[in-house]
Amino acid sequence: MNVHSPQFKELRKKCFLRLLTMHYQSKVGHLGGNLSCLDILLVLYHTILKPEDVVVLSKGHSAGALYIALWSVGLITDEQLEQFHKDNTLLSGHPPASGIPAIAFATGSLGHGVGLAAGVALGKRLKKSPGRVFCLTSDGEWNEGSNWESLIFIQHQVLNQICLIVDLNGLQGFGSTNEIANLHPLDEKFKVFNMETVTIDGHDAQELNRELDKLSEKPRSIIARTRKGSGVSFMENRMEWHYLPLTEDQYNQAIQEISLQ
Amino acid sequence: MRVAFSSALLKSVAIPEFIFLTGDLGFNALESLREEMGERFINVGVAEQNMVGVAAGLAKEALRPWIYSIAPFVYARPFEQIRNDICNHHLPVIIVGNGGGYGYGVMGATHHALEDYGILLTLPSLEVYIPAFDEDIEFLVPLLMRTTNPSYLRLGLSEKPKELVATKFEPFRKLVHGTKGVIIAVGPLAGGLWKLLSSLPDDQRPSLWVVCKLPFVELPEALIQEIKIANRLLSVEEHTKQGGFGQMLGNYLFQKGVSISWYRSKYALGYPSKRYGSQRFHRQESGLLPEQLLQEILN
Ligand SMILES: [Mg+2]
Repeated sequence: MNVHSPQFKELRKKCFLRLLTMHYQSKVGHLGGNLSCLDILLVLYHTILKPEDVVVLSKGHSAGALYIALWSVGLITDEQLEQFHKDNTLLSGHPPASGIPAIAFATGSLGHGVGLAAGVALGKRLKKSPGRVFCLTSDGEWNEGSNWESLIFIQHQVLNQICLIVDLNGLQGFGSTNEIANLHPLDEKFKVFNMETVTIDGHDAQELNRELDKLSEKPRSIIARTRKGSGVSFMENRMEWHYLPLTEDQYNQAIQEISLQ
Repeated sequence: MRVAFSSALLKSVAIPEFIFLTGDLGFNALESLREEMGERFINVGVAEQNMVGVAAGLAKEALRPWIYSIAPFVYARPFEQIRNDICNHHLPVIIVGNGGGYGYGVMGATHHALEDYGILLTLPSLEVYIPAFDEDIEFLVPLLMRTTNPSYLRLGLSEKPKELVATKFEPFRKLVHGTKGVIIAVGPLAGGLWKLLSSLPDDQRPSLWVVCKLPFVELPEALIQEIKIANRLLSVEEHTKQGGFGQMLGNYLFQKGVSISWYRSKYALGYPSKRYGSQRFHRQESGLLPEQLLQEILN
């Protein structure tokens, strides 16, 4: 699908609305970090991924956005989505270990995805089988030492099928990334690890498509500048939307704002 | 056991899925394996959390990764990766810990593995193998190449005298027949006991069994009968009391309705004197030497 097409715009709107409704109905928070990475996942699933590619959602708390993206490409059903966060569901608050073939790994504890992605990439290389590995991380999770262990490994093995994407929304669990354990500028750190690194607008479908599509001799990382709670005025860049569920009024306002975009 | 381990692995290098990862350990043991395996032997460096994550990724790609380090570095440091990345996905990664129990002796407490299988057996579907003798390794390596479960292989030192011949690996094996009670030993601790008990007549010694795989579902019927008749049972292990074989055994026998009048469990006490020494020194402090164990059950 072409990211410039009216169909993609419609798709995008439909998915943002579905995400809001899903979270509202199940009274679940974590909306901020889901909204910040939904554009990334939609461009990835609709314009980039081939069947042999693997996606690792290292920021498992954005499971809602992942479920919506998978639903939009027909890999999760409406019925499954209706069960989000309910008893006896496959779709828990963080991705499940089994039951949804399109989800490779259960994640949720931060700092696991990059190593898993490295293992899949190494496996593909050793087997001489095709496929790229996309790993979406949060910005806060670069506090985790395990991620840096994996980065050492990726650069040493030159695992160039790997594309790391950082959802750089500037907020983490209990404050802003700058206040807590400032890693700015993160792109410079990745470059030191011999990665081909670009910084883009994580809500610009055209930029996302262009950069996600690129292959290189080196492992790649995309720093996607995003806004937590993107698209909903009262949520944007506010930490509390890492946690809060929506009230009825807030839900109605959010739906209206997205619908008018 | 490291040499037996290395030579058993060398026989498996033809399996194309077999991948070996080490956390920068293997000097004087794994060099020939490294030569033979080429790109499938990877020293991932001193980074155990990443090693486990990478192994899980490899297993997801239908490869058969083995990961290797000094025991505590491979089960304690990256425990969450074992829990989430390997076991939650039920991936058949083989975790090899060298130096079970006090195996690293005077190197000190950081290098000891006193709670390894207790911790790991809390994880779903993970199986623990504790080979007692070098011969067990030859049997276990091909078995682990085919297993569908996450597995932990606890390597120690084979202490069996050469003249004693072990039967083929089984989870429970009887090594010595006696009439003064029953000892069940976990893994390599059985070797020294076997040697000591072999020098005594039947009527002055207990029976000796060795257990090499955990968890167990049932004890062999012959062992249950022996326990009932002897009415005297001692379990021994180089592992903490909590999560140890002794607790599993007591729980099993209680549920089974087997009641005996004398049961003792001997286990690693840690560092009671706060002094360090050889594996033998630490065993002695915990009452785990063969002579101490014999005294315990005869008294
Ligand atoms: Mg963040």
